[in-house]
Amino acid sequence: MSERKLALSDDILMGIEKPVRYIGGEYNAVMKDPAKVAVRFAMCFPDVYEIGMSHLGIQILYDMFNSMEDVWCERVYSPWVDLDALMREQHIPLFALESQDPVKDFDFLGITLQYEMCYTNVLQVLDLAQIPINAADRGEDCPIVIGGGPCSYNPEPLADFFDIFYIGEGETRYRELLNLYKECRRQRLGRTEFLRRAAKLPGMYVPRFYDVTYKEDGTIERFFPVEEGIPDTVRKEIVMDMTDTYYPTKPVIPFIKVTQDRIVLEIQRGCIRGCRFCQAGQLYRPVRERDVETLKKYAMEMLENTGYEEISLSSLSSSDYSKLPELVDFLIEECGKRHVNISLPSLRIDAFSLDVMSKIQDVKKSSLTFAPEAGSQRLRNVINKGLTESDILKGAALAFEGGWTKIKLYFMLGLPTETEEDIRGIAELSNKIAATYFETIPKERRAGGRVQIVASTSFFVPKPFTPFQWAAQCTKEDFLHKAYLTRTAVSEQLNQKSIKYNWHEADASVMEGVLARGDRRLCEVIRKVYEKGGFYDAWGEYYDNDRWLNAMEECGLSVSFYTHRERPLDEVFPWDFIDCGVTKEFLKREWEKAKREEISENCKQKCQGCGAARFGGGICFEPGPDSKQQ
Amino acid sequence: MRLRIKFKKYGSVRYTGHLDVMRFFQKAIRRARIDVVYSNGFSPHQVMAFAAPLGVGLTSNGEYMDIEVHSIGSCQDVLERLNAVSVPGVEVVSVKVLPDSAGNAMASVAAAGYTVRFRENREPVADVRAALSEFLAREQILITKETKKGSREIDIRQGIFQLTAEENPLTLRMLVDASSGGNIKPAQVVEAILTHLGESLKENALIITREDVYTDIGTSEKRVLAPLDDIGYVC
Repeated sequence: MSERKLALSDDILMGIEKPVRYIGGEYNAVMKDPAKVAVRFAMCFPDVYEIGMSHLGIQILYDMFNSMEDVWCERVYSPWVDLDALMREQHIPLFALESQDPVKDFDFLGITLQYEMCYTNVLQVLDLAQIPINAADRGEDCPIVIGGGPCSYNPEPLADFFDIFYIGEGETRYRELLNLYKECRRQRLGRTEFLRRAAKLPGMYVPRFYDVTYKEDGTIERFFPVEEGIPDTVRKEIVMDMTDTYYPTKPVIPFIKVTQDRIVLEIQRGCIRGCRFCQAGQLYRPVRERDVETLKKYAMEMLENTGYEEISLSSLSSSDYSKLPELVDFLIEECGKRHVNISLPSLRIDAFSLDVMSKIQDVKKSSLTFAPEAGSQRLRNVINKGLTESDILKGAALAFEGGWTKIKLYFMLGLPTETEEDIRGIAELSNKIAATYFETIPKERRAGGRVQIVASTSFFVPKPFTPFQWAAQCTKEDFLHKAYLTRTAVSEQLNQKSIKYNWHEADASVMEGVLARGDRRLCEVIRKVYEKGGFYDAWGEYYDNDRWLNAMEECGLSVSFYTHRERPLDEVFPWDFIDCGVTKEFLKREWEKAKREEISENCKQKCQGCGAARFGGGICFEPGPDSKQQ
Repeated sequence: MRLRIKFKKYGSVRYTGHLDVMRFFQKAIRRARIDVVYSNGFSPHQVMAFAAPLGVGLTSNGEYMDIEVHSIGSCQDVLERLNAVSVPGVEVVSVKVLPDSAGNAMASVAAAGYTVRFRENREPVADVRAALSEFLAREQILITKETKKGSREIDIRQGIFQLTAEENPLTLRMLVDASSGGNIKPAQVVEAILTHLGESLKENALIITREDVYTDIGTSEKRVLAPLDDIGYVC
């Protein structure tokens, strides 16, 4: 077998941390003959290898592209800071892992945008690849830079840097886009003409063909296409047939341990619950389940093709998958034979899930997770989190009887309408769970151990396309005060010794808020932060809040304008031109209901008329609530 | 029954670490559907033992691991199945059944053979080949070993079992102690030679291949080294 030539010299590889991040050659990595493909596609997750390799979406697209005979899709990740410095010093262009060829010679560079704090890494990737950072500066030889993923639902803070944003699920329109690309190349029409035609394909947003005017108060006056024939709105793309589609049953198996080091079986897309803070719950509507027989087949194939020792189900709320018991029984049987572990995240704690978990986990070592998100029933109604105190306490009692002694609780601080009473509720709920343990388990059965409640809080960041997109985000000072109140309240509880409280840093949450609901003017801020040395901002140790605040100031932009003010109902948002399926009217209704502390039923109970029914499938067209009531 | 599996490691996989290779084989064994024995408990693991860990950056023609299996078709069948699910650069070259009396791969290691070359422009100036007999004639060869608690001097002379050199290009072949108590790295030997010649080893100068790993089948008086896969038999 002829040996691949690596892009990095032995001296470099031996001088950096984890050289395996950069060598490719993993099992199931796809090799093709570059002379025999028409399109070279570099697919990038702009974070370190171990994070990027853990992402299912990229694996799906990698599988899809490479199933096309005329396309070779390869992987690219952000070089870690040690290699980054060497590549700059020695002018080594960023390369793709499979061929080790420079990314700048590819036809496309696709970048997935999974969280806002990776935006500076997008610039790092472009810069290291020696591709001009601004799309306007790119010549005919440069790859087409295309963004996707959840953050592309508000692409405006990155508008300058991308040629195209693909809005929605990648499985549907790439073939058309690549055909258009090949046709434009054949006719030698040039980059701009290709982009003009691409802008007319469903789901494609080409920022250069749109312009914005602002009012005196800084809000948007008008957002409009600058050419005839360019659509006013871009509607999200979505897969409606979840069975007859791509699934990466031969995923690339990394040599090094990565974050998601297991088989991932996506059982459904979307969520019926409609929690008002949750962006994914709105973006991926309507809920679409994968067929259980197909999933069993995928699971078997992946067990064979990967050799992984663990399989995990993936979805926003696994308990809502209608065939879960059947699937889990099947997996317990098949994985048992093969000594493969099963992990079931995002399960509601009830008799069924506890029974399942007791079969697949070591009860003594594992912990159970509840995500009440808010401390009081009042605030849980505001956020439409359909989990009551009695659900939690009953679930906890069952868990304690089953032998579990560790409970994790996730909460958010800074939710709209939050009061000190709601915050104390976090401590009180934690205390009640601990008390439930002592009430449920008699002394003689508390074998040596005691109960451990770990309550964690994160800071709420309002996101586009949620009912809270109008809400004000707390300031850093507010957040820290709230964390202080929580800590004090926990220490006042009777069972405080059984409760551990963790909270996160507030700085990055505020900047995440700015970027999440930002507009085009933030492109300059991101660029300045990057030019001053900022990247890996998603990593606490590399995040420098002052660098961001200074850049905002230099650009004459205000943090509070973007995130600390409640936005009026008639404000034009930077992302309004995107049609994500859920209507602004529905989101407004939900925002009003939130303020009235009213809950909305979930999609299985009663349709709320969100607008996603127009996609013509999924939960919206399943039999009515009578047959589904739990 | 226990199997002793010998494999080569070359090409870009030389940048994978010892634990990565272990994890690679755990998955490859599942993919190859080898009827391997698992430990009990909620996180069962394959019963597996590796011989001497290979440093990152080194290639090898003789790496070993032992695995415990319930049954096999034949040694050849195991070899073919593993290679069918491997990656370029990891290649199984022999599979043998171990007699019950054999110690595991890790505990059996007594010595390792290495071939060492120099990268371009990083060769020593002095005539290494000419100096070897004088070097080996020394009673003591002290090197400084960095440990967690600071550094200490150790004598590596007794651990150098064989050492020869060829010219054009300069190639050192050595057989050195690789037991858990007295493991010597080839770079330590080269460094000692260069120190002896009044030179120092340049950064990342060496291209090292481990040729084989040996066990001692002699007596307490006389060492007799045999490659680890001499122990088993083919079935």
